[in-house]
Amino acid sequence: MIEFKLPSLGADMEEGKLVEWKIKPGDAVKRGQVIAIVDTSKAAVDIEIWQDGVVSELITQPGETVPVGTVMARIDGTAPAVAVPAQPGAAPAAVRRRVSPAARKHAQEKGVDLEKIVGTGPQGAVTVEDVEKAALVQRQAKLEKARAEAPRSSIETPKIEEKTIEAKTAAASDRALEMRKAIAAAMSRSKREIPHYYLSQPIPMQHALDWLSAENSQRPITGRLLPAVLQLKAVALTLADFSDLNGFYQNGGYHPSKQVHVGVAISLRQGGLVAPAIHDVAELPLDDLMKALADLVRRARAGSLRSSEMSDPTITVSNLGEGGVEAVFPIIYPPQVAIVGFGTLAPRPWVTPDGGLRAMPTVVASLGADHRVSDGHRGALFLAALGQRLQEPETL
Amino acid sequence: MDRTEIQATVLAELTRIAPELDPDEVAPAKPLRDQVDLDSMDWLNFLVALHERLKVDIPESEYARLGTLDQIVDYVVRHGKQFRTIT
Repeated sequence: MIEFKLPSLGADMEEGKLVEWKIKPGDAVKRGQVIAIVDTSKAAVDIEIWQDGVVSELITQPGETVPVGTVMARIDGTAPAVAVPAQPGAAPAAVRRRVSPAARKHAQEKGVDLEKIVGTGPQGAVTVEDVEKAALVQRQAKLEKARAEAPRSSIETPKIEEKTIEAKTAAASDRALEMRKAIAAAMSRSKREIPHYYLSQPIPMQHALDWLSAENSQRPITGRLLPAVLQLKAVALTLADFSDLNGFYQNGGYHPSKQVHVGVAISLRQGGLVAPAIHDVAELPLDDLMKALADLVRRARAGSLRSSEMSDPTITVSNLGEGGVEAVFPIIYPPQVAIVGFGTLAPRPWVTPDGGLRAMPTVVASLGADHRVSDGHRGALFLAALGQRLQEPETL
Repeated sequence: MDRTEIQATVLAELTRIAPELDPDEVAPAKPLRDQVDLDSMDWLNFLVALHERLKVDIPESEYARLGTLDQIVDYVVRHGKQFRTIT
């Protein structure tokens, strides 16, 4: 029997309010399936489960607020019934696609063709996430088609579900307060527990910006890239050689992460911020990364993030370039061990290799890192490598 | 669509991006970014919305010249595809 406990969606989360169960006793659940919506101080979050099984009991009732770690449901973890050959001696079933029931249902709802999806689950199984991705791609394609065909129609803004709107209005002021408390808790813990060191380095951006302008001038407005996307990708690629900056410090020890899930600090219009993750940034082509970033910002501001995004960033990037500041001295979000900051991208005096002086678009990249895990020398190497990466935008 | 209607449409899209904005408070000749908190993602979303509603494709090279509401509306009047037949 598996106890499904309210997960911590970040170091600053102490409790959550169950908004809705997406499952009922007797349902088979699959790893990666969204089983509940929980309201945290930051957002209403879709909670995913990470084991397969069958729901045996729902303990927490919708509307109840419970602390992190509370057993909310019991799941019978014995492997769910696998398709058994109908008769002994029947020909072995042809190799068929593994699709979780949830993913199948999801695909049906979203009108996605399962045959066209490449599964990323165990043994190539198609997961709910795969369906989500396929649905997103399909929606984008449809949208672009619709735009091309009926340019007069107003832009299709993703519909925020009604319940979210209601919940938002009712809880808006509460949430602002709660969010402030949550940020205070996380940052106090960070400053109390993590011996930070800070480094910064200006990075010339002429080549990257020229490349980006040329690239964007050939793209439709809907496909344009922002410099922030280059920065995110460069950070993720650079981290391949810096396992001491990408991971978690937990239970008295450091656990580097093989994957690079970059948390993106997103400020909210009503105040406060969240830093949900974009998964596997190093593997995303720039187009996909731009879409993922736009989607993440939109969902963060609409208050609809997923539990995995909230809880698993392996490093965070904080871009304060919009505010005009030169550099950021970022505070690590525990249990992560590093955070990268970017200041404003602007022309600054720059000494050229031949000793001349010119105006050069530059960005000051900074690093806040955990001295329990790495030293300034490593951090300096990281910033230098990051700067180098940004000189080769065509490789991003 | 006349200039007033274009301006109303531009403002409507702007308020969708920045719901806290009171469209009546926008000074048309003053820099927009001093009056509205727009980051580059907001700005891009805003231009995409104008592209949808007003059939105008604003290249990046023009961004610097589109600082105020007046400048944006002027640009749309000059470049919006449905207005080209006038000239």
